Amino acid sequence: MTDQSRNALERLAANKHERLNARLKSRYNRERRFRAYGIASIALGLTFLAILLTTIFSQGLSAFWTTYVKLDVTYTPEVLYIDDATDESQLRLADYDGVIRQALSERFPEASGRQTMRNLTGMVSTSAGYRLRNRLMENPDLLGETETLWFLADDDVDLLMNGIIDRNLPESERRVNDQELEWIDSLVSSDQIERRFNTTFFTNGDSRDPETAGILGAAMGSFYTLIVTLALSFPIGVAAAIYLEEFAPKNRLTEIIEVNINNLAAVPSIVFGLLGLAVFINFFGLPRSAPIVGGLVLTLMTLPTIIISARASIKAVPPSIREAAMGLGASKMQVTLHHVLPLALPGMLTGTIIGMAQALGETAPLLMIGMVAFIVDIPGGFTDPATVLPVQVYLWSDSPERAFIAKTSAAIMVLLAFLAVMNLLAVFLRKKFERRW
Amino acid sequence: MQTSTLMLVVLALVALAYVMGRKRSVQLAQPLGGIKNLHSLPNYYGLMAAVWTALPALVLLLLWVGLENTVITNAVIASLPDRLAEQSEGQLSLTLSKVRNIANGVMLGDADPALAQAAEVLTRLQASSQAGKIGLTLALAVLGVVVGWVLTKPKMRARPQFERVLKGALLLCSMIAIFTTLGIILSVLFESIRFFQAIPITEFIFGTQWSPQIAIRADQVGSSGAFGAIPLFVGTLLIATIALLVAVPIGLMSAIYLSEYATHKVRNVIKPLLEVLAGIPTVVYGFFAALTMGPFIRDVFEGIGFSGVSAESALAAGLVMGIMIIPFVSSLSDDVINAVPNSLRDGSYGLGATKSETIRQVVFPAALPGIMGGILLAASRAIGETMIVVMAAGLAANLTANPLEAVTTVTVQIATLLVGDQEFNSPKTLAAFALGLMLFFTTLMLNIVALAIVKRFREQYD
Repeated sequence: MTDQSRNALERLAANKHERLNARLKSRYNRERRFRAYGIASIALGLTFLAILLTTIFSQGLSAFWTTYVKLDVTYTPEVLYIDDATDESQLRLADYDGVIRQALSERFPEASGRQTMRNLTGMVSTSAGYRLRNRLMENPDLLGETETLWFLADDDVDLLMNGIIDRNLPESERRVNDQELEWIDSLVSSDQIERRFNTTFFTNGDSRDPETAGILGAAMGSFYTLIVTLALSFPIGVAAAIYLEEFAPKNRLTEIIEVNINNLAAVPSIVFGLLGLAVFINFFGLPRSAPIVGGLVLTLMTLPTIIISARASIKAVPPSIREAAMGLGASKMQVTLHHVLPLALPGMLTGTIIGMAQALGETAPLLMIGMVAFIVDIPGGFTDPATVLPVQVYLWSDSPERAFIAKTSAAIMVLLAFLAVMNLLAVFLRKKFERRW
Repeated sequence: MQTSTLMLVVLALVALAYVMGRKRSVQLAQPLGGIKNLHSLPNYYGLMAAVWTALPALVLLLLWVGLENTVITNAVIASLPDRLAEQSEGQLSLTLSKVRNIANGVMLGDADPALAQAAEVLTRLQASSQAGKIGLTLALAVLGVVVGWVLTKPKMRARPQFERVLKGALLLCSMIAIFTTLGIILSVLFESIRFFQAIPITEFIFGTQWSPQIAIRADQVGSSGAFGAIPLFVGTLLIATIALLVAVPIGLMSAIYLSEYATHKVRNVIKPLLEVLAGIPTVVYGFFAALTMGPFIRDVFEGIGFSGVSAESALAAGLVMGIMIIPFVSSLSDDVINAVPNSLRDGSYGLGATKSETIRQVVFPAALPGIMGGILLAASRAIGETMIVVMAAGLAANLTANPLEAVTTVTVQIATLLVGDQEFNSPKTLAAFALGLMLFFTTLMLNIVALAIVKRFREQYD
């Protein structure tokens, strides 16, 4: 072999080595890139989550505080048009807004003219008059007296105090005009206006005025609806799971039931709303907008979830337990009810809580059965017209007033808090009762 | 007596029957030499007696309450004079509510004598129905107590009997799934058939004009009442496609990373966090899409020179919906990837493949059927999603493939047609049921195919 050819071979070998190295490098690069894609997509998903939550929280936090204005109100009989304090109908129909108007014009004597006065009274929530009426009707002795009260301010005043309305904008683009700004500044300088924790939000029903709108009505509606759902779906779901796991023979009927359960789990929720409308409302004549119908619809919707999770927890009970009980002479039903069911119950409860959380967040089917009505009263039973938390979110998000954005976000925060508590409870139960056989 | 009070009375009788049955079995056993001579434990005798009391009475009560209204209404209609009974359905329901008001004493004064007479019939029927309900239910319950008492004998096979009843109840509970499916099919089918009697099915499926407002007066403008559903199908597909374009790559890559690369610790933290996305109610996504994503997308696209982008765009709704179904895709793919046996991976590593090569060329093809099933399930979820599109996609039935325009979907139309005041027989309302039928069958097909694929895939490696 000549030197030349040996050189050529060596060069070839070196070349091959280089080529292999280069390829290896590119393969490793590709490996790193692939990994980076994975990390990037997880990061993207989590970023979306973070953006979603921060948007909602930053918008919603402000709704937990609201602005109050301090006014000295005098229950002047002439302003109220009351000549007999013992006459209840007079007290009920009296002009309480006039009292507010009077208190405001005493505070701002320079205000005059129709439009100006309207703007001035517009700074205090329309609920102020009702509040005065309730006070006077409770205690008619107040007639002619003067007292100092804090009133809810109008939502625009609240938005300004809160900095959501930018006071540096030109007047034409601002919802609060220059004069109102002046009044507010004057109130601020005399400590007659302040922001406090918004209890109204938690104690009121819905309202057209953002400052008096609250979520208690929707929360109670959700509560009643979920009670119905829980009372029906838990026993039925557990019973169905027990039958399918422990008793069902392998035949056509069982197969059909199983296929149906799996398919129902994936049927769009709005279709359940159509079912509720056609069957419960139009056929059985149950009342519209009522928690009982909502509960029935949500029961049908959550049943597959509950059945599937209950079956999984029954399956997790080892056969040795059944065999031992059977060996002691227990019947199949006794084995199931006395031994399998208690052991599977924690798992079933976990699944049920998760199903309830799903039901709590569901909106679409409830729109179909009329739970979207504007309801001011707080529902007191299963057949009262009601709405639920997610539907309240939907209703408020449709409202044109700027202040409802904060309210909507705050309602979402409350809803998410409930969901978080339910899910944490489920996790806690699972951790506490989880058994490894 | 209210139905709930009646229920309480029946329950009290049931408790009584239980106590009596149990006591009697013990008493009967005493002369024989103790309860060891009974066929079953005393408890079961009590339970059987309770079943005899509760079952017939409650079934009767349930049927009565369920059918009461329909029967009475029909009887009232039958009692109406011909000129009132032979009206259109809408008129008839109006007449009926007038009759009800008179019967409740709400509407007095200038009532039509025929109506007043009908109201009398109604009041009479309601009273006798109430009396019959209470009387028959209580009679059946008391009879049950007696039967339970008489049947209690030491030789009676109380436990097997009771267990048979209980098993029947369990079977009934599991049959609710079938009843629900049937209920869905029947309720949408009947209304749809009525809809297709008014609007030909070909126009519905192939028409390209959707404007469900029907003219009240003939000369009204812009209320043609066109029911061509093509724009809705296109809008639904457009949004679902956008959603899947977002969710599938992100969800799949997250699943691959979490199941193949991530350590246990990382996985245990990240997976629940990603699943939070699935736990957030859809109305929250809708709010986010309408208020944050929509305007953001409009600003971005107007910034780079597009004009006429609306804040309600298919893109905004699709993107947000995509975010929502990320965990859906990722957890389904995760399951499937984990189901691929490790021997396949080990073989690939043994041949010198890198991890990503193994994933791309071995694991992924092996898992592909399962992943496809998962994607189909995600697609059915995207098609059936309602709140996001109701709040962010708009109502305009544009036939367009431009994701920056507002489109509408099947679910949006169902929701808007049925929310608010509605006349139950107008094609407008019935159209919602026809759309519901379409939706139900589309998602059903997708689910059946997806579940079949996933099942086949599972069997392959089990």
